[in-house]
Amino acid sequence: MRQIAIYGKGGIGKSTTTQNLVAALAEAGRKCMIIGCDPKADSTRLILNRKAQNTVMDMAREKGTVEDLDLDDVLLKGFKDIKCAESGGPEPGVGCAGRGVITAINFLEENGAYGDDTEFIFYDVLGDVVCGGFAMPIREGKAKEIYIVTSGEMMAMYAANNISRGVLKYAQSGGVRLGGLICNSRKTDKEYELISELASKLGTQMIHFVPRDNEVQRAELRRKTVIDYAPNHPQADEYRELARKIADNKNFVIPTPITMDELERLLMDYGIMESEEAAV
Amino acid sequence: MSTLKIKDHCDLFQGPEYQEQFERKKEFERPWPEEKVKEVSDWTRTQEYRELNFARQNIKINPAKACQPLGAVFCASGFEGSMPFVQGAQGCVAYFRSHLSRHFKEPFAAISTSMTEDAAVFGGLNNMLEGLENTYTLYKPKMITVSTTCMAEVIGDDLNAYIKTAREKGLIPQDLPVPFAHTPSFVGSHIVGYDNMLKGILKTLSEGRRGESNNKVNLIMGFDTYTGNYHEIKRLMAVMGIDFTLLADVSETFDSPNTGEYKLYPGGTPLPDAMDAVNAIATLSLQKYSTVKTMEYIQKEWGQKTLSLSPIGIRNTDTFFEELARLTGRPIPALLEAERGRVVDAMVDSHPYVHGKRFALVGDPDILIGMMSLIMEMGGEPVHVVCTNGDKHFEAEANELLASSPFGANGKVYAGKDMWHMRSLLFTEPVDVLIGNSYAKFLMRDTGTPLIRIGFPLFDRHHLHRYPIIGYQGALNLVTMIVNSVLDEMDRKTVDTTSFDVIR
Repeated sequence: MRQIAIYGKGGIGKSTTTQNLVAALAEAGRKCMIIGCDPKADSTRLILNRKAQNTVMDMAREKGTVEDLDLDDVLLKGFKDIKCAESGGPEPGVGCAGRGVITAINFLEENGAYGDDTEFIFYDVLGDVVCGGFAMPIREGKAKEIYIVTSGEMMAMYAANNISRGVLKYAQSGGVRLGGLICNSRKTDKEYELISELASKLGTQMIHFVPRDNEVQRAELRRKTVIDYAPNHPQADEYRELARKIADNKNFVIPTPITMDELERLLMDYGIMESEEAAV
Repeated sequence: MSTLKIKDHCDLFQGPEYQEQFERKKEFERPWPEEKVKEVSDWTRTQEYRELNFARQNIKINPAKACQPLGAVFCASGFEGSMPFVQGAQGCVAYFRSHLSRHFKEPFAAISTSMTEDAAVFGGLNNMLEGLENTYTLYKPKMITVSTTCMAEVIGDDLNAYIKTAREKGLIPQDLPVPFAHTPSFVGSHIVGYDNMLKGILKTLSEGRRGESNNKVNLIMGFDTYTGNYHEIKRLMAVMGIDFTLLADVSETFDSPNTGEYKLYPGGTPLPDAMDAVNAIATLSLQKYSTVKTMEYIQKEWGQKTLSLSPIGIRNTDTFFEELARLTGRPIPALLEAERGRVVDAMVDSHPYVHGKRFALVGDPDILIGMMSLIMEMGGEPVHVVCTNGDKHFEAEANELLASSPFGANGKVYAGKDMWHMRSLLFTEPVDVLIGNSYAKFLMRDTGTPLIRIGFPLFDRHHLHRYPIIGYQGALNLVTMIVNSVLDEMDRKTVDTTSFDVIR
């Protein structure tokens, strides 16, 4: 059983990318599970073909305590029998979402949600590793591989670098490793080269460059992955390729995050950001 | 030499200086008139109030339970040279220590990593690192046994990673065992914390130790605060001639001889024995509900036969020895049969005073199951059974037990309910005897129901924990307590009569 965590800046397309690639794995006959670790609970919508499912924390709120919860309340099967669970969490601005993630993952583990035959478990984790709770999926005994979704936009790269710093902390004391960057293209200038270069600076690889295509949007509107909605579309093949690369990946490293200055220099080298002298 | 005259606080507050002060304070307190207070107080004893009380949802009043880390530090103290170490705030650890000290009247050592607001913001890594280093350097433990409080759990401190970091930085030796358990206080109770901690300890100590069978039986007492039980089980094993390892043996920790010299680590299960526990033929737990995860782990990971059974009462003790004989191939010696016979004889003697008496019980699930069984064996009726930390499995087992005897017909089990619920039950459906811990004495005061102190904590009576409540001897002790309480109550109630009966 491989446990994999997907991180990345908010809005970068983590959930979309994760669901599409998991759909591709499932289509190839692999047994998969997705655990959404985000109070917004939108990590399984395209697999279940419906709006958000009952989250662990929603059900806990309803029943008064997690201890009264049944696994069947929160563990659903979607496209190609992919198992889906969402941690859920508090309303924005109150409570502690991080503890929600810890509670939910503990519940799922203790109640045997993973089963014996699941080959891949994907944790789709909110934006940044903002607190201890969001590092739960990469604690010892859980996800050993991390992929960071990014794009050629500066803030997405900045976030990728930041996440690498978090990973570094856990990699030094535990077994977690970075498996690569997934570039979810925004069609920015020299995006392919830039992310390849960032990946090499971080000591890892750009495992796949997912081109931008409106088919993803069309599928999403119908609450489907591209694999499900338009299996013959070239974009579906891109996700199949990503899935294959992740399944075959052997390149796992302790990341070597760079400084903000180095990151800016990288952008300048690729002519995206003007140097201060040139700007004057 | 003159004796000190120290006034009890009750007498002290009756003095004029306090009484006058209380009167003056009323001007500012502006309390409700006494008639009104009495009226409401009387109303809380009615059926109407009981229904409202049982409908309450978002508040617990006097729950009969403590929190997870208390169970964890208790368990941690039962191993040789083990220092209980809590990642969390000082106040929490002060509470565990005082709670245990008040029950056992013994000192209790435990470490807090003194997390404060900055630790809540930045994470508790530094607290853990410094704490481990200081503990190792100052107190020279053979094992540091880590659990957590709410704060560390809410911010998601990763114990495993922190402990590894401490090793890598050379703050503690590579080979020092540092088992850990996540024990958030806001989930479960002390029995769950005990379970989590014990599983963590056994997991750490058994690593890489699998080898030839040692032909021993492992024994786990569970969250058992009767040091007498530990001494008793050792005696019984010797009588049976069974080679055993008692895991989490806290008997010395909380009941060591007074030699005039303080020992930081008074006893506990020897670490080599604990490490070898993985090679035993079977593991027996004397408390089912405080060892659920541990026993599951032992069965699955160690591949051992497991059995969970509380030998409280005659029938349970019979089953315990029968199972033990079956597991080890050892016969049950005549000595035990004679012991059993004597206790049964004692029960027959006392039976007339216990038969038909109505009992209310509050406490931990395992003790409740055992007590219900014993009471019914004597013809007593368990009527109200309140178990704040009982789950649906407990509820089912307790109901099944009640259904197994005609004396259980009037019994009702209340899992998840608290002592304020019990108060309503006692007022609306009175009983003859109440069984519970020291906190139940406020129920005794309110309702006038005589209390037999059994369970944890027992603060207000001394040495009860030194007498076993398990096995045949334990049954005898319990029978003695029960029947004498009934007789005491009869005397109290008949003090103004012309009865000169000296037999009862």
